[in-house]
Formats: sequence, C-alpha cells, structure tokens
Amino acid sequence: MSGQDFVERLKKRFGEGIQGVNLEAIDPWIEVAPDSLVEVSRYLRDEADLRFNMLNCISAVDYFEPDPKKAAKVKWEPHLEVVYHLWSLPNKSSLVLKVMLPRWKDGQEGELPEVPSVASVWSGADWHEREVYDLSGVQFTGHPFLWRILCPEDWEGHPLRKDYEMPLEYHGIRGK
Amino acid sequence: MAEYFVQSGWPVWLAYPLVALIHCALLLQVVAVGALLFIWMERKISGRIQDRLGPTRVGGKFGWLQTLADGLKLITKEDTMPGDADGMLFRLAPYLSLVASLSAYMALPFALGWSAIHLNVAAFFILAVLGMEVFGVILAGYASGSKWSLFGGMREAAQVVSYEVPLGLCVAVPVFVTGTMDLHTIAEMQAGLFTNWLIFHDPFTFITFWVFFTCAMASVNRAPFDLAEAESELVAGFHTEYSGLRWSLFFMAEYGSMFVVSALAVLLFFGGWNGPIPVMHLLGIAYEPGEAFRLTGYIANLLGMTNFIIKCVIGVTVMMWVRWTLPRLRIDQVMTMCLKYCIPIVSFTFIAAMLWTQAGWVTGLDVGAAVSQFAGDRLPARPLATVREGWLVEAAALEAMESTDPEETDEQGEPDPEETEVSHNDVPAVLDERHAAET
Amino acid sequence: MATQVNDPRVVEFDVRTDEMLVNMGPQHPSTHGVLRLVLRTDGEIVSEVVPHIGYLHRCAEKIGENLTPRQWIPYTDRMDYLAGMNMNLGWALTVEKLLNHTVTEKARHLRVIIGEMGRIASHLVGMGAYGLDLGTFSPFLYAFREREKILDLFEEACGARLTYSYITVGGLTADVPAGWLEKCEAFLEQLEPIIQEYHTLLTTNAIFIKRTAGIGVLSPEMAIDYGCTGPVLRGSGVDQDLRRDGEEIYTEMYDGYAFEVIVEKEGHYPKDHDYPPVPEEAVLGDCWHRFYVRMLEVVQAIDLVRQAMDRYRSSAGDIGEPVKLTQKLPAGEAYLETESPRGQMGFYIVSDGSSIPWRARARSSCFCNLSVIHEICRGCLIADVPAVVGSLDIVMGEIDR
Repeated sequence: MSGQDFVERLKKRFGEGIQGVNLEAIDPWIEVAPDSLVEVSRYLRDEADLRFNMLNCISAVDYFEPDPKKAAKVKWEPHLEVVYHLWSLPNKSSLVLKVMLPRWKDGQEGELPEVPSVASVWSGADWHEREVYDLSGVQFTGHPFLWRILCPEDWEGHPLRKDYEMPLEYHGIRGK
Repeated sequence: MAEYFVQSGWPVWLAYPLVALIHCALLLQVVAVGALLFIWMERKISGRIQDRLGPTRVGGKFGWLQTLADGLKLITKEDTMPGDADGMLFRLAPYLSLVASLSAYMALPFALGWSAIHLNVAAFFILAVLGMEVFGVILAGYASGSKWSLFGGMREAAQVVSYEVPLGLCVAVPVFVTGTMDLHTIAEMQAGLFTNWLIFHDPFTFITFWVFFTCAMASVNRAPFDLAEAESELVAGFHTEYSGLRWSLFFMAEYGSMFVVSALAVLLFFGGWNGPIPVMHLLGIAYEPGEAFRLTGYIANLLGMTNFIIKCVIGVTVMMWVRWTLPRLRIDQVMTMCLKYCIPIVSFTFIAAMLWTQAGWVTGLDVGAAVSQFAGDRLPARPLATVREGWLVEAAALEAMESTDPEETDEQGEPDPEETEVSHNDVPAVLDERHAAET
Repeated sequence: MATQVNDPRVVEFDVRTDEMLVNMGPQHPSTHGVLRLVLRTDGEIVSEVVPHIGYLHRCAEKIGENLTPRQWIPYTDRMDYLAGMNMNLGWALTVEKLLNHTVTEKARHLRVIIGEMGRIASHLVGMGAYGLDLGTFSPFLYAFREREKILDLFEEACGARLTYSYITVGGLTADVPAGWLEKCEAFLEQLEPIIQEYHTLLTTNAIFIKRTAGIGVLSPEMAIDYGCTGPVLRGSGVDQDLRRDGEEIYTEMYDGYAFEVIVEKEGHYPKDHDYPPVPEEAVLGDCWHRFYVRMLEVVQAIDLVRQAMDRYRSSAGDIGEPVKLTQKLPAGEAYLETESPRGQMGFYIVSDGSSIPWRARARSSCFCNLSVIHEICRGCLIADVPAVVGSLDIVMGEIDR
C-alpha cells in the first residue's frame, strides 16, 4: 500500500482526526488530532493488514520561539510535538505519528498541554509517557501513574523545554 | 594433665581451670590459625580456579600472610551498629557463632588419645554443638534491624534446622555400624588397610557419606547452600550490618565449622588419623589404645595427626572447589533437596546398612582381614569387637578377672582371624552382660 | 483490591503475617548499577515489584541539544557503556540518515567487524554477570578474561578500552592498524572452543537450569506490548532482528552476509546440533531462553566477524573521511533503530538547519525491557528477582541516559 493510499484510508476512517501528513520527509509522518489519538492508535494496532503492535518510542520536541536574530530563518510557529514511532512486527514496517500541541495549555505558562495517554493501547507507552512528562512537560490524560521517572519527584520544571532554567540550588546542592 | 599438676603439688582449684585454659588457648589457636590458613587457601584456590593468582605479596612468596594483614585491618576498623539494632543481641551473635564452632573442637580427636575432652558421645556432642551455631546467625539476622539480615536469618533457621535431621541420620549410620559414639573408638576401629574405612564398609555407607557431605555443606552454609548470605540476593544476608572484628568472627566460625564437619567426615568415614596403609602399625610403633607415653608412639601419633589434618584439608578443599563452581540453589530447592531427597535416602541407607551389618555379609573389614591374613597377620586389621571404648574395656577386664572363663579373656588378646566372625556378635553380648550385672 | 476482615475468603491463621516492603537497591550487588526495586514481599514471595530508575540520569539528551552530532558521539558510548561501539554506530547512522551520507564499502565492513566484536564483548559481560546473579563467581572471570582480549583489540584500534568514540558520523575515526585483523582472527579461533566451557558451567548445569528454566516467563504478546527488543524479544520466540528487518541504511551493512536470526522455531534454535539441547523444564520466554539466545548470538557474531573480515580485506579503497566536526545539518528529522546487543537502540535527531541538532533523543532498549519487570516478577521468590533482572541484561547507563 503506497503512502498516499494509506493516508486516504485513514482520512476516510477518521476524517478530521488526521490533521496533516508529510510524505516527503525522511521518515514520512502523519499528524493526528489529540482527541482521536487513542482511536487511531487502536486502529493501527488492531487492523489485520497494519498491525502496528509495537511502540518504539515517544519523544517530545519543543519548538520554542527562536531568538530574534534567527527568527527570520525559522519556519515554525512555537509549539510542542509529541512523536510516536511505531513498528509493525508482522509487516516489518515503521510509522511515525505526530501530535501538535501548544507549548502551554490555553497559552498560560506553567499549564502543561494535554494529550490522551496511549498506555491502554501499548503497555510500553507507560514509561515512555512518564519520561516525556518528566523531561518535556506533557500531561498525558488517562495515564495510570503519571509520575516523574528520571528526575527526582520534587524536581521543578521540565528540563528538555527550551526555556528551562537550571535551578540554582537543589536540596543544598549548587546547580550552577 | 590436671592429675599431673595435682600430683606435682598444685592445688586442685587452680590445676583444673589452668588445664582448661591451656586446652582452650590451644584450640583457639587451632581455630584462629586454621581459619587464617583456610581463608588464604580459599583465595588461592578460587584464584587458581578462576585463572587468577590470588594473593601474592604479603608474607613473601605466596601471600600466605594476606589473611593476617586483612585480620589486622578488620581489627582496626570501626565497629558499627545500626541504630535500629538490638544492641545486646547484636553484639552477642558473633560470639555465639564462634563459641559454638569452637566448642565442637573440644571433643574432636586429632590423633589417638589427643583430644581436649575424651567424650564417649563425641559424635553426638559435635553435632549438637554445631547446631548451636545457627543461633548466632539467627540472632544476627534478627538483631541487626535490617530486612536483608532478617531474610538471611530466617533462611538460615529454615535451612539448618531441617538439615540437622539428615545430618544426624548420616552420623547414625557409622555409629550403628561401629556400635559407639566415641570418635576415638570409631576411628581406631578403622585402623588398617583403607578397606577398613567405613565408607568402604558396605555400599550403603558409601552412599551415606555423599549424603553426609552434602548435608554438612548445607549445615555450614557453604555454596551452593549459602542462602543465608547469598550476596547476589540478600546483599550479605545475616552479616550485612556487621563490620570489623565482629564480622571476622562470623568468618572464623564459618571456616571453623567447615573444618569440623570435614573432620567429622574423616573420622566417621575415612579412618580418622589412620592412613590408607598402616605404616606405623607395620613398624609396630603405633600406640595401642590406653598405652602409656612412649616416644615412638608419640611420633606415630604426630604423623597420624598430620594424616588426619591432611584429610580434613582435602575435605575443605572439595567444599571450596564446589563453591567456586556451582551456582546457588534457591531456598525452596534447598528445602526440597533436604526433605525429598536427603532424608529418604539416608533413612534407607541407615536401615540397609544396619541389616547388612547384622546379616554379616561381606564388608570392607572382611576384605581387610583377608588381606591381613594373606600378608601374615601383620596388618592391624582389628575386628570391631576388639576395639572398645574405655569403660567397656575396663568392664570387660573386670569381668575377666571375676570369671576365669578363657574365652572371655581371649577377647583382649591378639586378633585371631578365625574369631572375627564370632566377636562381631560379642559386642551386644558384653553390653548385655554388663546390663545384667547392673540390674 | 483490599480484602475485608469479615470477608469469608480470609482465613485466620494462628500466626498473623505482615507484608514487608524491601528496597532492593540502589546499592545492591545484583541490580546491575543503580536500579532500585521496591519489593513487596510476603516472606520469600514477592507480590509486587516497583522499579525506580533515574539514579544515573546524566541529561544526555539535553547535552545533545548543545553539541554537534560528532561531539555527541562520546556521550553515546557512555549510555550503554558495555557496548559503546554499537551506541556510536547507532547515532552515527542516524545522523548519516539525516545527511543522506553513505560511507565507503571498506568502512561499512569495518563497522560490521567492530559492531559484532562489541556484541561479543557485551554478551560476555551479560553472561558472566548472570552467573554472578545466580551465585557462581567463576564464569564471570572466565567471561572477563575473553572480554579483556577484545578490549585489547579495541584499544589497539582506537586507543580506548571502554568509551571508544571510534565509529563516527561518516565512517570511523581511523582505520585499524596493520596486523589487527590477524590478531582478531587469532582471538576468534581461541574464543570458539571456550564457548563450550561456558555451556558446561552454566547452560547445561543442573542447578543453573533449575534456577532459570520456567522463571520469569515473558509471553511473546507481552514482550511486544511492552516494546521489548533484542535477545529479550527473541528469547520469547518472536522472529525480529533489525540486522535483517531494519531500515535500509542499517541492513545494507549486512548485505550478502549469511546469518540466521537466533530464535526458537518448533523447539529448535538454528543449527542447534552444535549446542546443548533445550532442557525440558524450559518454557519459551523464560530466563533460560533469554540467556541461551545471547550465548548463541556470540557464536553468530563470531561467524559474522569472520565474514566481514573477508569482505574488508577484499574491498578496495579506504575507509573514507568522517564528516566535518561542525557539519551543517539539513533541516528535518530522522529516526533510526539499530540492533545493539541489548535490543533495538533508537536515535532520533531533529535539526533546524544549523550544525547543532534541535533535539537529540535516545530510545533505550533496556528502558523498555526493564519496564516489563513488574509483570514477570509478580509472585516469584526473592532469589528469582536477581535472576530475572540479570536475564534482561540491563545497563543502567542506557536506561537513565
């Protein structure tokens, strides 16, 4: 099935759930609306000819406002991307899903953007989502135990955000 | 020895404690120096097994002083105790362990007549006292106030207490075959050719030995049964929280008991201080039981002790070899092994060895006697009944004086090959007569 | 679900027992680094395992956003420090994928040699440390004896013994010195018979089988669900090896090589007549199978190195030059997984067009492999926890990054 056919099929099935697509990229990707993410994931996992039964990785990329000097060259609006790398064991093929989010929920700084959790679809997503929450600050709604995983539980901020400031002091340990 | 002091004019109240102290000091040296050597040996052996050198520097050529250096380091280390620990019990535990292991040496004969206390029930005593060692370990596990230690202690309790059963049964087999619990007598009964050794007595004693060895390793916590310390599971088990000298006391106890069980195996199954070929008997310089001091006899005894220690060391070496080769069992598998395999096997061999002996079928002793006869009666292939525990000898002598029956007096005389068969059955006869006399 | 006291299912025993929470780690001999497992135990039986990770978190991804890809190479081999070469390879290939750069044929074959040697070195540690977890010390040192020889070879090639930074974007930092291949060949000759020794000491040892067979069974469905990869996945009987199934930029390295994926099919492993049989007690997906897959992969890797050396010798040209240290990256993103010894190591690079990546992400194989532990350790004994953790063969440096 060619990329275009596949996208058509998904669009027919989910309509507005598929928001965009890029087939020219090195790893072609499909943009999914946050609301229909779980539905799309389940479809991709269960459909007999797709069987994307393995979730390889969830990463978040923070597309931050660039500094004014570079602003002319940069083509993006500030946003946050959550990228899902899927793998189909029966077909030995990969797929990339993307979810575009605002950097902060409702534009309010400190309010984490929300994405539904796919831990119910792939159990492996549990830890990956915890890591993304911990380091990049994305709230996964419906996650069974969304807790920091790599940083200490009382750590403040999300280090992989581009505007993250290293704390000056943590429990008496100098940070800078 | 005490009598000697008393005779030379020492007051009795001083003589006995003094002698006890001398014995204690001697045995403590044996245990401590033994542990030093065994730890060094373990490091050398494990080094060889693992393609390394082991210690090479301290003390010159082979690093033989390494353990002493480590011991000194341990003594200078801070003695730490967790805040949650039960102070008194925590401090008490290593001593209990060491004392148990040490007291076992009290009844251990190193050569004919050479033991701190000559006990009629030495085999029983050693088992009982070694069983005490577990208290130290359980106490250490309980008093440390650490969960890992508690696990170690509980495992030890479960394991050692269950292994006492097959171990006791294993010891009962040679005890029944020889008819005595006196380790001196048991060892002396095995004098002569190596066929006289109880392991070759009959097929069942042979099996019993292997069960005994397994159970002994389990009861002294050697790998693959070292569940109480199990460093990959329980950090260090019962001695997780110990440091410095207290910790080294546990080590000393462990190596001490290793030697004791190995010595027990040698005494019960491998002829004690008797070599495979009775050179000293052939030369005619070995002590006869109850004989007074004689220089040649002393030398023979010294060589016998060397022989005994070499055999024990071989036993310990095998334990080390096993430790560095096999993975550790799991607690349920250890218990399965004890309850499902060791106990049934040894119960069977116990009954079978008894029946074999009673039926009078060919035993290793008979082979020894045959060879002895062939060699012209020069080998001391003693029939069992001619070697008696001290009190039995006296009793028999008394009775011999009372009754002038020539057959009775003959029993103490030269071993007569023809009478071997008969004298086997005389053991209970003498006992019966004595009982009859008492009643 | 808490049971109530008046629940008829609750049986009152004479001795009331309590559950105990035990901290296994972060400093524990058999958690392979600084893993902390909180065990809820009922006596010796573990009813729940909660892993806590992050003790070795060194912000590698954040650092990656501030360095050029070639500068980040040394940080990759500090992730899985037991297989640094394979980590270097993973990142180098990912950046090459983004740059659309192809390395010369000779460099490709040399990468196979180095990568597979790294696999042998890593599996030797995995095997030896597993013996250690089960309480036998000697195989560990036998394994290290051989690993040292590989490290000597690596040292000769790149000057480092643990953190190599040898494979780099666009090729390798240097060609191997003259005579290296002969030494490597001699080493493989000598290693091959020794593997039999490991089988005697561990794989076929009765106690070893008792301790591993049927313990920590990971069903293939669960392994896939949790994203387990590498020997853990193959030990569960799932036929997946990126060297055969991966993306083209990776599989072309192994083009024309003869090798079979080590996975059980109908009770047999490929060419298993040379190796010990699968014991009857072993269940597919248990610790024994995971261990066995690693052992067979060592043999497979020896074979691959030999093939690669032939190809390397016969290929013309040189290994080429690595890209510039400050090579400008095209705007875009690339994700690539490679088959590292512990599983599929994925790297993700996002570039905004400058020479420094906008985002560098490492997808750790051990991270996913470990996440399954609470499922497979439930209801086992305390002694089985090290056995299971050891059979997953985790490296905390890679999990925490």
